[in-house]
Amino acid sequence: MVKSKNDLVFNILVYAIMLFVLLVTLIPVLFVVSMSFTPYAELIKNNGFVLIPRSFTLYAYHEMLQDGKLVHSMGITVKVTIIGTLSNLIVTLLTAYPLSRRQMPGQKMLMRLIIFTMVFTAGTVPTYMVVKNLGLINTAEALYIPSMISVFNLIIMKAFFEGLPDELFEAARIDGASEFGVLVRIVMPMSLPILMTIGMYYAVGHWNTYTAAILYINKADLYPLQVVLRDKIRATNANVLSEEVVPPETMKMAAVCFATAPIVVVYPFIQKYFVKGTLAGAVKG
Amino acid sequence: MTKAPVISHLGHLSRWERFRRAFIRWWPMYLMLIPGIIYFATFKYAPMSGLVIAFKKFNVKKGIWGSPWVEPWYKYYKQFFGSPANTRIIGNTIRLSLWKLAMGMFPSLIFAIAVAECKRRWFARIVQTISYLPHFFSWAVVYGICLAMLNQRNGVVNSVIRKLGGEIIPFMTSNKYFPGVLVGSDLWKGLGWGAIVYLAAIMNIDTSLYEAATVDGCGRFGQIWHITLPGIRKVFVVLLITKVGNILDAGFNQVYIMMTDEVRMSGEIIDTWVYTQGIGKLNFSLGTAVGLFKSIISCGLVFFTNALARKWDSALW
Repeated sequence: MVKSKNDLVFNILVYAIMLFVLLVTLIPVLFVVSMSFTPYAELIKNNGFVLIPRSFTLYAYHEMLQDGKLVHSMGITVKVTIIGTLSNLIVTLLTAYPLSRRQMPGQKMLMRLIIFTMVFTAGTVPTYMVVKNLGLINTAEALYIPSMISVFNLIIMKAFFEGLPDELFEAARIDGASEFGVLVRIVMPMSLPILMTIGMYYAVGHWNTYTAAILYINKADLYPLQVVLRDKIRATNANVLSEEVVPPETMKMAAVCFATAPIVVVYPFIQKYFVKGTLAGAVKG
Repeated sequence: MTKAPVISHLGHLSRWERFRRAFIRWWPMYLMLIPGIIYFATFKYAPMSGLVIAFKKFNVKKGIWGSPWVEPWYKYYKQFFGSPANTRIIGNTIRLSLWKLAMGMFPSLIFAIAVAECKRRWFARIVQTISYLPHFFSWAVVYGICLAMLNQRNGVVNSVIRKLGGEIIPFMTSNKYFPGVLVGSDLWKGLGWGAIVYLAAIMNIDTSLYEAATVDGCGRFGQIWHITLPGIRKVFVVLLITKVGNILDAGFNQVYIMMTDEVRMSGEIIDTWVYTQGIGKLNFSLGTAVGLFKSIISCGLVFFTNALARKWDSALW
C-alpha cells in the first residue's frame, strides 16, 4: 500500500504523543527515586538536580526507618489495608450478586436507591456526626467502615455478574445447589479477575486513605501512613523557624518512595486483571 | 377473586401472596443483601436526616432534634454568601473544576487515540501500563513529587531555570501559579487512567468501518475525524455529565494536602472550607448548610445535563 505524506505525519504524531506521555510520566518519578539514593551533600551541591546520582547511599532509608512515627503509621496502614480490603470485598460481593439478578423483586428499587447516593450526598458534616454517634472517632475502623462499599465498584461487579450465562444458574439450581453455594462454588471462581481488580481498587484506596483519617482521627499515634507522610514532606515548607528537626530532602524522597513501593511492586501482577476488569466495567457502565 | 388454573403469571395473586412467594424463592439473596443495606442506610441515608441542622442552631447537648430552629431559616446561607471571601471560594472551586474537567478529558482523549493508532503493539502496551501508574499514587506522594520538581529552593525545574539564567518561579507558594500546579498535577496523575474509558470505546468500534474508509480513500486523520470521534461521542458525553455534576467538587484531598496559607487566596475551595469551618472549628450547622448547598447544586446539574444528553440520545440512565 502506498503511504501518503499525510499518513506519515500522522504516524510521527502518534509516536511523538506516546513518547511525550512516557517521558512526562517517568521523569518526575525517576528524579524522586534518584534523590532518595543520593547523599544529601551531593543533592545540595547540584541544587536538587540529580537524575543519576554519582554516589549511591541508603542513608536516607536508614534514617527514615529510625523514624518511629513513620514506621508506626505504616503498621496501621497495613492493618487497615488488609482488614478493610477483605471486608470491602465480602460486603460488595454479597451486595452485587443479588442485585445482578434482575428477576428478583425489589432489585430495581434497591439499585435506584443506591445510585441516588452517588447523585446526592448528605455532605461531610452530617456523615461525620453519624460516625461520631456510632463511637467510631479515633478508631482504625473509622478508616474503612464509613466507606465499606464504593458504588462504582459495586456497579462494575454487578455488570460482570450479569454477563455470566443464565444456564449456569439454572443448571446449579436443578442440581439442588443453594444460592449461597452457587455464589461460593461457581460464581466466585469464575469472577477471579473482577475480584482481583476491585480488591486492588479498594486496597489502593486504603493504602492512600487521607480524608477519612483527618476527619475521624485526631490522635497523632493513630494516624495512617499518608497523613504522617504529608506532614513530613511539608516540614520545611510550613515554617522555617519551627523548632522541630527538619528531615533532609533526601529522607522525604525516601519516605515518598517507601510509601509508593508496595503499589509499584504489586502493580505488574495485578495489572493484566484490572485492565480487563475495568474495560468490562467501562463498557457496561 | 377466582382461583386461576394456571400459575404462569402472578398477576392474579394478592399482594401478600406475591410477597410470600418472592420471599420463598429469593430469601437467600435478601439475606446476602443485609450488610449492604445496613451500610447504605447508616452511612448514606441516615446522614441525610442530619441535614436539618443546616436550619437549626445545633447544640451538641440538645442533639439534632432538640436544637432550636434558626431565625430566619436561611441564616447560615446569608452568613456564607454575605461574605465576599466566600464568593471567592465558590469562584475558586468552579474555576479549578472547569480547568480540571478540560484537562482531564481532552489530553486523555488524544492519548487514547494515539495508543489505539500505534501499530507497534508492544510499545503501546508499555506506554499504556506506565501511564496508568500515577493514578495509584496518593496525593501526599504526588505532593512530594511536585515539591521535588517545583520547589523554589532546590526544585528540579527551578534549578534548570537558574542554570539557564532565568528568574526562579515560586510555583508552590504564589497565588499566581498554585492553581496551575493543582491542574497540572491532576493532569499528570490522571492522564493515562482517563484514557482507559476512551480506549474501551475505540475497541468497540467496528473495524470494518475503518476498512471501508480506507477503500473510500480516507486518510488516517480522516478516519479519526469520521469514525473514531463519532464512535466515542457517547462515552464522552456520559463522562461529561458525570464531571459537570461534580463541578463543585474540586478535589478536597489534593487541595488540602498541597495548600499552604500563602496560597489560600487562590486555593481554598468549598470542601476545604467546610472541613476547616465545619469540623475544625465545630460550626456544624454552617458546615452542613454549605454542604447541602453543594449537594443540591450537584444533584440539579446531573439531572439537567442528563436531560440535555437525552436529547442527543445518550442518557446516563
